[in-house]
Amino acid sequence: MTGKHRENYNRNYLQYVNSFDPPTKHFKNCYRAFMVGGFICCIGQFFRYMLEYLLGLSGDELAGTVSILLIFLGTLLTGLGVYDRIGRNAGAGSIVPITGFANSVASPAMEFKTEGLVYGLAAKMFTVAGPIIVYGVLAGAATGIVYYILGLFGAV
Amino acid sequence: MGLHTVTFKNKPCIVSTGTIAGPKEVQGIVGKYVDCPLQDDTFGEDTYEKAECKMLSYAISKAIEKSGFGRDNIDLMVSGDLLNQIISASFAARDFDFPFLGVYGACSTMAEAFALAACLIDAGYMKRIVAATGSHFSSAERQYRFPLEQGTTRPPQSQWTVTGAGGAVIADSGSDICITSATFGKVVDYGVTDVNNMGAAMAPAACSTILRHLQERKLDPGYYDLIVTGDLGALGSRIVKDLTWEKGVDISENHIDCGEIIYKVIEDEFQGGSGAGCSAVVFNSYLYRELKAGKLNKILLVATGALLSTVSSGQGESIPCIAHAVSIERAKEKAPMPAKAGKKKEG
Repeated sequence: MTGKHRENYNRNYLQYVNSFDPPTKHFKNCYRAFMVGGFICCIGQFFRYMLEYLLGLSGDELAGTVSILLIFLGTLLTGLGVYDRIGRNAGAGSIVPITGFANSVASPAMEFKTEGLVYGLAAKMFTVAGPIIVYGVLAGAATGIVYYILGLFGAV
Repeated sequence: MGLHTVTFKNKPCIVSTGTIAGPKEVQGIVGKYVDCPLQDDTFGEDTYEKAECKMLSYAISKAIEKSGFGRDNIDLMVSGDLLNQIISASFAARDFDFPFLGVYGACSTMAEAFALAACLIDAGYMKRIVAATGSHFSSAERQYRFPLEQGTTRPPQSQWTVTGAGGAVIADSGSDICITSATFGKVVDYGVTDVNNMGAAMAPAACSTILRHLQERKLDPGYYDLIVTGDLGALGSRIVKDLTWEKGVDISENHIDCGEIIYKVIEDEFQGGSGAGCSAVVFNSYLYRELKAGKLNKILLVATGALLSTVSSGQGESIPCIAHAVSIERAKEKAPMPAKAGKKKEG
């Protein structure tokens, strides 16, 4: 079989396979993501109100404390083996909020603890979160540059 | 084209088997037939890799124990697994005082080990060989995919790596369940790159091996009571039936897939089981038992393997796959004489 022929053959095969792939249920996933993600945000908002009323926090202090509480919860649920069960049925609803970030750091840390505290736990901790940080910072910087340029022209 | 099927005249036979499986498999359809159902998937060890190794070791010991030969009379162990540098098999081999031949065929390892063992015995070089393999969901997941506790949604094409191990003692005599022939697989790649769709990647390899086997032995698919593929899953099973049908061979009547029958799909197994342990557990427990009981007489075990690594899939390579086939049949007489056995060759 020549290269060209092979390519065509493979393309046909992939088309055939895709023709009856079980479809990813986008609507269902979106709905679940909305509900679960929204619920996590509601919890965050609840913390916010509580801290505001009970401890009288405000501004950056308030936002920081809420984040810390959510990260703690995300990590705790990961450690208890609950978060992956939520995540399995949540679409992306449990990944996007800050609890998802906590989960993505805690889960490889737990997993690779068996290879030692330095080369296992610490080194592998950011295998999932690393890309998020890199591209998050990059996207932040890019947005900053755009914002600065627009500011020069008085657009913002 | 060369001949890829080896026919065994001296009929090496499968004397005994040993199996072990994890909690999820035990609840499945064929799980209840294993020798040791585990309640705890770590098997009392502190890491999943150690658990996998211990399971494999258990399956080998159990098979030897049931064969009644005693550990001192085993000539060789042929084994492999899914982990890098086949550590489970090599580490399990530490427990045994006989030579070890490590093989890697991903999920096709069971059939590959059977075929090699049968070749060595048929040629008369060795008398008793133990062939075994296993896999563990958690160690495989760790190596190939995401950390276990990470909350991700599994795609509907995905399969669930079987936690379990199975082994068999193959000898020159002592049983009427014989390995009659083996077809070694070619590496087949139809350009599938989706690592979550192993069934679609492996089905062409299974098809290639099944067709060659039937052609070279001049058999109809109906000759076999069952044509058992390793771990294509529900989706891959459908594809392999289509592909063989396209070539004018209809296997839909007697085809089953180990991956498809191992679980009651209730949680996230989707297309069924996969992994080296899948065909090892299903064949060595349920199918061997049915063969022994006389409910099945002739089966063709076609274990399929996806020969990828995390590096190759990271670099965007497609998934090369392989399938090895061994035919396992009941011999007419308990201890077949070589001269007589030769006549029965072509069924």
